[in-house]
Amino acid sequence: MSNELDDLYEGILDGDMGATPDNVQTALDAGLAPDVILNEGMISAMSEVGQLFEEGEYFVPEMLISARAMQAGLGVLKPHLVASGVDPLGTVVVGTVQGDMHDIGKNLVTMMLEGAGFEVIDLGVDVKPERFIEAIRENKPQVVAMSALLTTTMPKMGVTIDAMREAGVLETVKVMVGGAPVTAEFAEKIGANGYAPDASQAATLAKSFLA
Amino acid sequence: METILSSKTKTVIIGSDRPFTIIGERINPTGRKLLAQEMAAGDFSRVEKDALAQVEAGAHVLDVNAGIPLIDEPAVLAQTIQLVQSLVDLPICIDSSIIEALKQGLAVVEGKALVNSVTGENESMEAVFPLVKKYGAAVIGISNDEDGVSQDPDVRFAVAKKIVERVMDYGIAKEDVIIDPLIMPIGAVPQSGREFFKLLYRIQTELGVNTTGGASNISFGLPNRQGINAHFIAAAIANGMTSAITNPCEESVRMAIRAGDLLAGHDENCMTWIKANRKPGEGRRRRRTTE
Repeated sequence: MSNELDDLYEGILDGDMGATPDNVQTALDAGLAPDVILNEGMISAMSEVGQLFEEGEYFVPEMLISARAMQAGLGVLKPHLVASGVDPLGTVVVGTVQGDMHDIGKNLVTMMLEGAGFEVIDLGVDVKPERFIEAIRENKPQVVAMSALLTTTMPKMGVTIDAMREAGVLETVKVMVGGAPVTAEFAEKIGANGYAPDASQAATLAKSFLA
Repeated sequence: METILSSKTKTVIIGSDRPFTIIGERINPTGRKLLAQEMAAGDFSRVEKDALAQVEAGAHVLDVNAGIPLIDEPAVLAQTIQLVQSLVDLPICIDSSIIEALKQGLAVVEGKALVNSVTGENESMEAVFPLVKKYGAAVIGISNDEDGVSQDPDVRFAVAKKIVERVMDYGIAKEDVIIDPLIMPIGAVPQSGREFFKLLYRIQTELGVNTTGGASNISFGLPNRQGINAHFIAAAIANGMTSAITNPCEESVRMAIRAGDLLAGHDENCMTWIKANRKPGEGRRRRRTTE
């Protein structure tokens, strides 16, 4: 049982952006290994935040401030992770599909993926299929996550998957999709590997692809 | 524009960049026959209950009024203020139309009180402002004058302007005046809602002072008053109103104020809203499990 990790964990659950960097520093000063701090103090906290969100106990602003606290803490921890050779859990390329300008949901997914320990390459909104393909070649992600908020842009998810297949990169990644009009059925129909109904479950789904 | 009020230990700041300030209206025997009878007979048990209930419900300031016919209002008001402040640590809004009562209230009140009120009548300003200055209080300025309450919003604005200008002649800071632009019953004055919102805007932009008002006046004479009051208060917050004299014990009023603050961007991370709306039994928190 470590008080430093408990404080760090509690601070992230509380979304305490001010205290979290200090808590990380305190844990480092206590001689705890960077990967232990990350996994047991931070990722476990964000996983709990995700759990509370899924249960309807936490709401979006609480998830946001927790993610911000985690990011503030990572600012302190990152150099130590790099120095001790700790690799991220995996890489996810994220983007809202071509023709769709919505980014709030996509940003939440990005935050929860980062909170789960992933390196996230965020391509932004209105992302053309070619741009996804380029990013896969550049970053060698394990997962590609696509978002669409409109019934009119949703079909672009299928178009993007087809383009990825033609470019020969689809086999190298798992594709997950989400967004208000998207369903598990639709995901299956367009050949995606999975669907997540919210940001928290997106992180869980991405983790399941690594197993 | 920030109006700072205080009690023995607490400070309340009324301002446009912060959550709405609730001035609890319940300690007022006007229209409350039983309370009036009890207070006249020296029974303050209901005052005690009202004070505690309003604090519990989230009041930031408590209005205290002892306007009972045929009693020694100055003495009863002072006594009531002392009683309330012995029970709750909140700033007081001293409410009387009798100068002597305001004076005795100010003499006993702890902290920086809000005087309710002065009007744009010369006689009123000449009597009230020196008291406000002497006791370092703040004051509510009601926008009516010798000609009464005008239905013309331009006239009401002009009266508000006169009050704000005059107060400075007495060496009182502009921030220590809160304008009540007068909320008229919409059942009798059909445009009073729109006019009030326009006045709010002009008062904050042209005069740069805080605003308040008796929010429930708007629904006088209509059915489902609570429904009107709640939506009115949320709309008033959205239009820049910074405080109201109202009843925080009404859940609909509390919800309207929380929603108004939320929409005005005065609820950081929506936390007040979330806390008020979590389902009962929620708020569990699991500890970190160590392997």
